[in-house]
Amino acid sequence: MTQSEMKHCWQLARENGDYSAVIVAIPYARTIGMQMAEQAGELRFTLPFAQSNVGNVLLPALHGGVIGGFLETAAVLTLLTSAETNAIPKVVDFSIDYLRSGRPVDLYGRCEIVRQGKRVANVLMTAWQDDLAKPVASARAHFLLS
Amino acid sequence: MAVRNPAFFDQLQRWFMTLPHCQVLGLEYVEADAGSVLLRLPYSEAIVGNPETGVVHGGAVTTLIDTASGTCIYTLFDAPESVATLDLRIDYLRPATAGVAVLCRAECYRLTSQIAFTRAVAYQDEREIAHGVGTFMRTQVGAA
Repeated sequence: MTQSEMKHCWQLARENGDYSAVIVAIPYARTIGMQMAEQAGELRFTLPFAQSNVGNVLLPALHGGVIGGFLETAAVLTLLTSAETNAIPKVVDFSIDYLRSGRPVDLYGRCEIVRQGKRVANVLMTAWQDDLAKPVASARAHFLLS
Repeated sequence: MAVRNPAFFDQLQRWFMTLPHCQVLGLEYVEADAGSVLLRLPYSEAIVGNPETGVVHGGAVTTLIDTASGTCIYTLFDAPESVATLDLRIDYLRPATAGVAVLCRAECYRLTSQIAFTRAVAYQDEREIAHGVGTFMRTQVGAA
């Protein structure tokens, strides 16, 4: 996909509030099956439960790496929505705390842009299942924007 | 130095590689020693993060580092037990090269009665692309 195709993809998504084409454009996001939508003025991310995201078959539980990848993608998409540029932000560092095991049900995610400068952004991410007050993981990351 | 309990580790390592998400990524076990392990993430279209460049998504590298860091701890166990990731921090040193497999060497450099401390390097050929440090909680099997 070229830069202009990506740009077009975003324009459509912003206009219609349908971000499925954006997810389809990112192979990894498609692989784990994540979704995004606007809800009460903020972006809400969903990772519907899929057997292919399981990392522990005994518990069973989602793979910690999938939870990390989901949140990292959510942060990138949140930045892309807020930024004027359509270049994909580059992750510099990513730190995640695993608070509970990810049970075999849908996982939700939201992001907070703590600071967005010209060149770098700091983003906080939270993932939860049934109860936002009982997060499965919280993460923070820095991204290069240019 | 060899893995502490080869029978246990071999069984566990095979089991890890067949876990659903490890299969999706195509993770491969390469080798292990006491305290260290080497895993391989083959390049595939499914794990691309940037459709313009074809570069692998950070999330796939996170899974590689998480799995390698967890696996290396088991090389130090005499008897079967399990671990859970407490936290993981990854520094992305440079973008991965599209079309090339990523290797990850992880080591457990300190093991206490309750916590395992790990560090890992993900690389392509001689180029380091990411560093990871993690802490894991030990759990006796059957205790939960």
